[in-house]
Amino acid sequence: MRGVPVEPPRRLVEITVDGETVRVPEGSTILDACASLGKDIPTLCYGDTLTPKNACRVCVVEVEGARTLAPACSRKAEPGMVVGTDTERVRHSRKVVLELLASSVDLSTTPRAQEWIEEYGADPDRFGPDAERLDRPAKVDNDLYVRDYDKCILCYKCVDACGEQWQNTFAIAVAGRGFDATISTEFDAPLPDSACVYCGNCIEVCPTGALSFKTEYDMRQEGTWDESRQTQVTTICSYCGVGCNVTLHVQDNRIVKVTSPHDNPVTHGNLCIKGRFGFQHVQNLPAKEA
Amino acid sequence: MKRRRSERYERLTHPLIREDGVLRRATWEEALDKAAEGFRRNIERHGPDAFCMLACARSTNELNYVAQKFTRVVIGNNNVDSCNRTCHAPSVAGLAAVFGSGGGTSSYEEVEHADVIVMWGSSAREAHPIFFQHVLKGIRNGARLIAVDPRRTSTAQWADLWLGINVGTDIPLANAVAREIIHAGLVNTTFVERATEGYEEFAAAVEPWTLEAAEKVTGVPADAIRELAHAYATADRAQLVWTLGITEHHNATDNVRALINLALLTGHVGRYGSGLAPLRGQNNVQGGGDMGAIPNRLPGFQDILDPEVRAKFEAAWGVPIQPRYGLNLTQMLEAMGDGRITTAYVIGENPVQSEADTLHTIKRMSMLDHLVVQDIFLTKTAQMADVVLPAAAAWCESEGTFTNSERRVQRVRKALNPPGEARDDIEIICEIARRLGHDWRYESAEEVWNELRSLSPIHRGMTYERLERLQGIQWPCYSEDTLEPPYLHGRLWETDPAKRGKPAPFAVLKHSPPVDTLTDEYPIRLTTGRRLDSYNTGVQSSGFDSPLRKGETIDLCPEDAERLGVREGEKVRITSRRASVVAPVRIDPGLRPGLAFMTFHFPDEVDTNSLTIEATCPVAGTAEYKAAAIRVEKLEPAQIR
Repeated sequence: MRGVPVEPPRRLVEITVDGETVRVPEGSTILDACASLGKDIPTLCYGDTLTPKNACRVCVVEVEGARTLAPACSRKAEPGMVVGTDTERVRHSRKVVLELLASSVDLSTTPRAQEWIEEYGADPDRFGPDAERLDRPAKVDNDLYVRDYDKCILCYKCVDACGEQWQNTFAIAVAGRGFDATISTEFDAPLPDSACVYCGNCIEVCPTGALSFKTEYDMRQEGTWDESRQTQVTTICSYCGVGCNVTLHVQDNRIVKVTSPHDNPVTHGNLCIKGRFGFQHVQNLPAKEA
Repeated sequence: MKRRRSERYERLTHPLIREDGVLRRATWEEALDKAAEGFRRNIERHGPDAFCMLACARSTNELNYVAQKFTRVVIGNNNVDSCNRTCHAPSVAGLAAVFGSGGGTSSYEEVEHADVIVMWGSSAREAHPIFFQHVLKGIRNGARLIAVDPRRTSTAQWADLWLGINVGTDIPLANAVAREIIHAGLVNTTFVERATEGYEEFAAAVEPWTLEAAEKVTGVPADAIRELAHAYATADRAQLVWTLGITEHHNATDNVRALINLALLTGHVGRYGSGLAPLRGQNNVQGGGDMGAIPNRLPGFQDILDPEVRAKFEAAWGVPIQPRYGLNLTQMLEAMGDGRITTAYVIGENPVQSEADTLHTIKRMSMLDHLVVQDIFLTKTAQMADVVLPAAAAWCESEGTFTNSERRVQRVRKALNPPGEARDDIEIICEIARRLGHDWRYESAEEVWNELRSLSPIHRGMTYERLERLQGIQWPCYSEDTLEPPYLHGRLWETDPAKRGKPAPFAVLKHSPPVDTLTDEYPIRLTTGRRLDSYNTGVQSSGFDSPLRKGETIDLCPEDAERLGVREGEKVRITSRRASVVAPVRIDPGLRPGLAFMTFHFPDEVDTNSLTIEATCPVAGTAEYKAAAIRVEKLEPAQIR
């Protein structure tokens, strides 16, 4: 009855990655094994606080003896597994995935996308000028955040974060089929008429910048958004007594964005509307001082 | 209903002093001299007891430590308190009386592994959303959620069972739950015999509270009470969570004791997964109390009446400490009214708008000879001050620590430079202390923290380096190489009586209905609370444009609205025995006939707290915000602007 329950010790599993052997706790993924070897595997739909969705296929690796390539983010390491992360087949697959995504979606704000496109020699223009693009206008329907679905790769992380994995608000889901599939509120209503509670936990997990703070969106439009001039400091939210850790992204002594550490025991990367967007009061200055 | 933008507060960027009745810009030297001179004048004239300090539940532990030290060392009394008085002081008082320490007994993570979660007078889905995510994890893991609340809140909507209790009948409900547990033979006799005292008297006292008797008083069907009793008592791990629905009553400490009784009866305390969790309303209201910014405790929650404790602090600080409790916030306001307190130092608090019965508070505060307010905004309280000192915002413009509802001390870090001439809180207090003959200099928040660690055993092991590395540490933490379990009071389960320590007492509690009685003239029960996107008096949350915000409303159930002949959005007059305000109607099917709801987030437009009653808990001093008697009247066409 006393004491803190601890999980039973986990066995270690030995696998080989690119010729190197590595031992990881049972239940770890190939991606975990790669991380412990310091290998840098590209990921888009993978979220460290979410259940893998296997949507983007950019993290695929070759498992010896398997017919198809395996997504590293969800495939568990099994004893004796021999994995190749940089084989010809893997490189080719990643190249095509990036070409297909970049030909139809705006990846300009996806961190590292350009770097991977170069690394894998992807040529998004090779489908020609007639290749279909999303070309949807950004939805700016409230003062807090913007939905620019032209940048959406349909990874479903926002749907999972809004739904049963974290927020349990269920304001968004996938609507439509095939190329017309899109993340949408009920009946495509503007956010203020939807179930959205503006926790911004969808922004926290969005890998492409399709969902962004209105501050970030406006600054990008003005050309003043400059991450090289930004600092990130983690402190504690000033609303209520739960003690959420907030990471303030500051540019020119102004808060421009708020995130939360994903490994934090209080928040697991989640915040509410006040923690995410309620910072403005500290920088409402008298006109002459602003 | 039209969405609205409310008035914004602008940051204070330079000091202000009152001259010829108006506040004018001043230099720091002028303002600090005047602040110190006023304190000195009043103390010379009336003695040290004429001073009181309101410390800030939103500022750091370090500021609260220095503020209480200022009161006890520079001034020489114990009149230091904060707005913990308006929310969870009864939780602290109740928990401390039973277990000897005033913190919640469990951790958020344990909620995820509980079998039954009872949320009593807590709408965490709106007021503590990220705590509620831990509850949701618990529900997804198979826990049953049971909600006790007069309103069918967004929290109750996640519950298996909602007990729609009449406002202010928590003790009858808890007593009936206890009686049912006893009669069904579900008492944890091992725990009761080993770790508690007063069981016989308690069992006898709850005997009249049959399910049927409780149904009559509480409005909760007998079957639902039985189900709550059986679910809670038979759970392997059960969490009992409460918020201000329990504590904002005239008999709030009794309410808290009523819930603690249930945990003692069933052994749901002192072990992993089972516990008592008051959710604190402000970012550092737990820490403020832990730091001794309350009138009856020294830092580390050490009792002022204990001579050994006083001796330790007297040795460290080099001054005698008054061997008696100081005044709490409620008593301070009374003392301002009758001239016993003539000067006040208010840091980051807005009592003019946060206290019940606003007009009365303004009248009392205006009788002060000298009021110094240190804040980030020119609040309504600051507008009454003789000296206004612009401060840095603790959470993002200073270094330090906050302590949250699970007793986790976490690092606060400076991300921004304060605007204009605003200065760090601790630096300002030290400037005033120096002008009053105490040469205080702290190089850093860490230096303050290390001084606190040397005096508070429960914080001793928490170096800044460890707080950083471990993402916060829960108290108690007695040494730099140990960590305690995430729950408190494991000692109660020890088989060795010596290790078990002082037994936890049951409380015999009487039902005491709300002071503001319902009559034909005032037939509707008004209860107050928070909404998701807003916060307290709105000073902080009005700073951003929330798409959810609709301004102040009076929420009525559809039946009452129909009876009054009013529609959604229509302005109505709301009158209590103290005041009358006008607000638009919002229809909420989660309310029941005879129950209305308002927030207090928009006091500049609708002063809800002019309606509420200043009937206070005699133990903890918290006012009965949750139960006012009102009538709602349709406005004649000519009265509608």
